[in-house]
Amino acid sequence: MSKIILQVEDLRTFFFTRKGVVKAVDGVSFYVREGETFGIVGESGCGKTVTGLSILRLLPEPAGRIVGGKIIFNGTNLLELSKKEMREYRGRMIAMILQDPMTSLNPVYTIGDQIAESVRLHQGLRDEMVEKEVISALRLLKIPSPEILLEDYPFQLSGGMRQRVVGAIAMSCYPRLLIADEPTTALDATIQAQYIALFKEIQKKTNVAIIYITHDFGVIANMCHRVGVMYAGKILETAMTKELFKAPKHPYTSALINSVPRLDRKDDRLYSIEGQPPSLMNLPPGCRFSPRCSMAQAVCSEQEPPEVEISDGHSVSCWGMK
Amino acid sequence: MEGRDLKKYYPVTKGLLQRTVGWVRAVDGVSFTIERGKTLSLVGESGAGKTTTAKAVLLLEQLTSGSILFEGKDLQQFSQLQLKTEYRPRVGAVQQNPWSSMNPRMRVRDIIAEPLVVNTKQSKQQIRSRVLELLQQVELSPEHAECYPHEFSGGQRQRIAVARALALRPSLVVLDEPVSALDVSIRAQIMNLLKDLQGKHNLSYLVIAHNLATVRYMSHSVAIMYLGQIVEYGEAEGLFERPLHPYTRALISASLLAVPEGNGQEIKQIILSGEMPSPLNPPSGCRFHPRCTEAMDMCSKVVPEIRVVGRQWVKCHHYD
Repeated sequence: MSKIILQVEDLRTFFFTRKGVVKAVDGVSFYVREGETFGIVGESGCGKTVTGLSILRLLPEPAGRIVGGKIIFNGTNLLELSKKEMREYRGRMIAMILQDPMTSLNPVYTIGDQIAESVRLHQGLRDEMVEKEVISALRLLKIPSPEILLEDYPFQLSGGMRQRVVGAIAMSCYPRLLIADEPTTALDATIQAQYIALFKEIQKKTNVAIIYITHDFGVIANMCHRVGVMYAGKILETAMTKELFKAPKHPYTSALINSVPRLDRKDDRLYSIEGQPPSLMNLPPGCRFSPRCSMAQAVCSEQEPPEVEISDGHSVSCWGMK
Repeated sequence: MEGRDLKKYYPVTKGLLQRTVGWVRAVDGVSFTIERGKTLSLVGESGAGKTTTAKAVLLLEQLTSGSILFEGKDLQQFSQLQLKTEYRPRVGAVQQNPWSSMNPRMRVRDIIAEPLVVNTKQSKQQIRSRVLELLQQVELSPEHAECYPHEFSGGQRQRIAVARALALRPSLVVLDEPVSALDVSIRAQIMNLLKDLQGKHNLSYLVIAHNLATVRYMSHSVAIMYLGQIVEYGEAEGLFERPLHPYTRALISASLLAVPEGNGQEIKQIILSGEMPSPLNPPSGCRFHPRCTEAMDMCSKVVPEIRVVGRQWVKCHHYD
């Protein structure tokens, strides 16, 4: 098995607001191996994006703070680095792709300039070399006729092309870890399929580790090797993708999988989870899913369940496992 | 409801004199039928003309040509007054984004009551009791009537939007991406609610969607749109079991089953090259041919006609 490139241990990221403390990430642990894709799936507001931002230490300060845990990247705890040292990692070692390409690109610079910025900053190359690197980054993302595209502005491109450019910026320095936060949510179905096929290919070529953040189980099934299911700031279940779909153990995971309509069969009635996710400012006592859980017992609303490894690589936090 | 050969072209103007230099053919010859108590879904990627078609049905866009028949009567024969009193109250609408479709300064009771106030002469008491009845139908409680939209989650807001659409007891409701802005666990709640209401009130739905799994769950019949035209049309079950058009097959393949590879039935992945061309200058012949994996010589030259295959029809030369 390949080397573990990133290990997150008991990460806690809170937001301190005037109304109270928002526990956006509340004890999250997982690891990613080289050349592997780890998916984080969950509903909006469950802390997926904040987990991604915490790894890069890009939280909106001073409200957002990492209050506990470790983020070990290639042997170094990123949380112990100074701001200047952290900059050495961002972009060069760890890159990120955000959801909406229109807001992550600068509208007044050409595509070429924006990719060159990251190449120049992180690799310190001279001008002649920069253009070569920029073109090879665009080639990696299979952008047709890259030489012409260099002079274009973001508004001249379609959504799918823009997201490829964002991918090119992220991959331009050949990072070891890529955090992709819903990169295909804003794209059309056929374009999304192109993008996912492309990233699988890039991963084979460069052996980059990917953390893929999404709410779409279809993307998880097609893209990720292992998955963590996140709910209200915590990962409730981690497993190999195949195992998670075949034998989901946490009631939330199976409810979520069952509530997604299937294309390959006719459903008469969808299973639906009662109620809504809790407020992160005011979490229920015990297991955070217990108020919506159809299998909740008395203990569930009293004590938080520990994480239990039920088989190799498959862990669940649920009292029902005991 | 029946749509016959609907066309909507938008002019492209240029220069000081605003001369028309071309036409964007947003909807180019679309025909469909929606039966009482049934659901028709228009499916396609952005720019396929789904929303323009829905807007035409809601009379928010003037058609370039074609006619819409409602309960057997052509809308062109309705006078302005008749449209206002006999057509618009019978057709409701739910928008995609429940954050922008409601006035944040109005209370829920006023939001739901607005169509009643505008279109009927009911007393305050009657309106009030109708609002409470509607809230109950969408499974919200009477206390919610006094709240403002910002106090609700997305799923609850979408329930309010549904209540407003049903206020005038319409027979047809246009649902423009009713669940795509909602979270996964909430989508199922809203889809089940819409199905229940359809059964209870014998409603017809015109659904605009891009998520095929949602469409399969919601619809009785489906129209697959590409670049302003319907390329395949038929009963939902048949169409998903036996997709005929290469574009339909590519769409189904692209909509990523929530089943990991190697788990039972596997569908061959078809990755389309390129993107949808501009409707300003659509390709010759079959509009899909530049991206089609099965294109033949004649596809770029001859426009395919409708071919009926079983209980669905398709526009593709492979079925000539």
